[in-house]
Amino acid sequence: MSISSGKFASITLGAFALALGLASPAMAQEKLKVGFIYVGPVGDFGWSYQHDVGRKAIEAAFPGKVETTFIENVPEADSERSIEQLARTGHKLIFTTSFGYMEPTLKVAKKYPNVMFEHATGFKREKNVSTYSAKFHEGRFIIGKIAGKLTKSNTIGYVGSMPIPEVVAGINAFYLGAKSVNPDVKIKVAWAFDWFNPGKEGDAAKALMDQGADIITQHTDSPAPLQQAAARGKYAFGQASDMSKFAEKNILTSIIDNWAPYYVERTRAVLEGKWQSQDVFDGLAKGKVVMGPYVNMPDDVKKLAMETEEGIRTGKIDPFTCPIIAQDGKAVECKDGKLNDGQIASMNFYVQGIEGTIPK
Amino acid sequence: MSFHLALVPRRTVTPLRQFLTPVAALLVAVLIGGAIVALMGKSPVTAFNVFIREPLTDPWAMQEVLLKATPLILIAIGLLFCFRASRWNIGAEGQFLLGGICGGGVAILTHGMSGFWILPLMLIAGAIGGLVYASIPALLRTRFGISEILTSLMLVYIAEFLLDYLVRGPWRDPKGYNFPQSVAFSDSAVLQPLFEGGRLHAGLVLALIAVAVAFVLFRRTLFGFAVSASGDAPRAANFAGFNESRITVLVFLISGALAGLAGVIEVSGQVGQLRPGFGQGLGFTAIIVAFLGRLSPVGAALSAIVIAVLLIGAESAQVTLKLPFDLTRFFMGLLLMCVLLGETLNRYRLEIRRDGA
Repeated sequence: MSISSGKFASITLGAFALALGLASPAMAQEKLKVGFIYVGPVGDFGWSYQHDVGRKAIEAAFPGKVETTFIENVPEADSERSIEQLARTGHKLIFTTSFGYMEPTLKVAKKYPNVMFEHATGFKREKNVSTYSAKFHEGRFIIGKIAGKLTKSNTIGYVGSMPIPEVVAGINAFYLGAKSVNPDVKIKVAWAFDWFNPGKEGDAAKALMDQGADIITQHTDSPAPLQQAAARGKYAFGQASDMSKFAEKNILTSIIDNWAPYYVERTRAVLEGKWQSQDVFDGLAKGKVVMGPYVNMPDDVKKLAMETEEGIRTGKIDPFTCPIIAQDGKAVECKDGKLNDGQIASMNFYVQGIEGTIPK
Repeated sequence: MSFHLALVPRRTVTPLRQFLTPVAALLVAVLIGGAIVALMGKSPVTAFNVFIREPLTDPWAMQEVLLKATPLILIAIGLLFCFRASRWNIGAEGQFLLGGICGGGVAILTHGMSGFWILPLMLIAGAIGGLVYASIPALLRTRFGISEILTSLMLVYIAEFLLDYLVRGPWRDPKGYNFPQSVAFSDSAVLQPLFEGGRLHAGLVLALIAVAVAFVLFRRTLFGFAVSASGDAPRAANFAGFNESRITVLVFLISGALAGLAGVIEVSGQVGQLRPGFGQGLGFTAIIVAFLGRLSPVGAALSAIVIAVLLIGAESAQVTLKLPFDLTRFFMGLLLMCVLLGETLNRYRLEIRRDGA
């Protein structure tokens, strides 16, 4: 073995130094260091790519005052080290941008009480851990209406990622949108059980088209389903970023994650010493969810889409307006005429009319 | 007139050459890597510091290196038994997962309880889980002559789906909003850090014990000799009275138990809960580790550390030098290529021959 007792002694010494806080250099006058942990490569053109767009927005908004860093391709099960790597190198604000980073983020946050953490899509908070998410289901309601109008086979294919509440709520919102304009519409869901896996995502899209789907939508991060649809001359939607360049003639629109305003706002809060732990769940109204251009569709469908978007933005339309009937035929408990944020964030049922079951 | 290159086997390989080859391979890899970094407009000296010096000198990074190397060492030591005997266990990843599932299962079923007995029970359950899982390809081979390469690999996917089923179904955290993961383990089910402020846990000690035991077994015991003999000269081993089937089963059981132990150690000490993807491909990386270490226990331990250094260094490189992650993959491939090339040149001479000669 190559490990001498001397090295072990220095481990102990070093650990001691860490405990005293000597090993984390952080001077107040220095630039604010902001760190990001990405689950995919920044070049996925989807989820991680959009977070990176937000990171660049911070640099642009505070020139000379901030320095940003990212670590990409961080596996969720082995992320604690990567998060700590940022915390111990003087990063004072750290965004961990995938649900699976929840427990590791909390562990590191406990060890570094003076570092502020922002965990995307999670539900556990601490004094120095905020959570934030976006109402992507608002966008899915809009594209549901578009798909419901345009489908000829009355079958729409949906490539799902993980059967978690965010995705299930997206499927429900999409279906409710489609059904509101086309009572005969059916959706078929194929699960990739992955966030970013172009091969699996593409195969799922192909399987759905083989089953008669003539429009494809996706809750996975790569452009593969869109490209597969385009290869067969079918229509599809972009996910996370504006994916028009991958299938100009076959894309209808994209649901774009726009983290930039939030990231800039939170960085400003730290710079001004006003950062506090919070939970934020907003969408079109705050510009966190943005719709790409509506293309390749007739004018009346485009008009419907734009009106729906405007309605949601101004609060006149809510995708989960009651009554919401679950698959088992029972009405979902409802106050204020619509489902509340908590119900949406923990949704684990299909609405009536969707066939199949959520994988358990 | 044209020429071609020929590989001519060397008669003898001196011990000095044996020792110097990997060192030279490492040097060549560092030089090429440095040149690439320089071409990217970064200082190769800083890159060297970040990639190699820091993970080996900074106390926090050293702990992380050893933490990362721990499961790799355990799995690779087990694989040595199989590979020395020319039994090709490609499914250590699955045995690793089963170890995590069985050990993690104990943690989940005893959730909220405390007691000194929980951790040992988890470790034992993990080792047994891996052992039983590895016995399947072994028995399929000895009973039916089915290739263990295929069956052990296929069992990896079955293990992945079993894990998936458990964390989505019966073992899902009831307060976890349907997310596919178990509860976070109670303190009694977590291997505690050895040093304040770090994450290194007692799993390393178990890995070192495994290295020592394997070293002694191969050097000093008849069993170790029988394993190697049945790999190098199966017919001779048969004539010597070593039972082929028994060796197949034994090497698989050892390999599975160690992979299972690694699995429960990773789940308990590092991840802290059961969740899809906790395998991280470590069971496959360990195959590279075993071969990079030339199928020797000490070599495996060293090469596990080399791989861990690269992984940790890569992360630091992203943070301090803003170098892309892909560069790490490139370095790993480069290193492996240099080592394999060195190994080949060790055993063969290059000769330029005239065509037709």
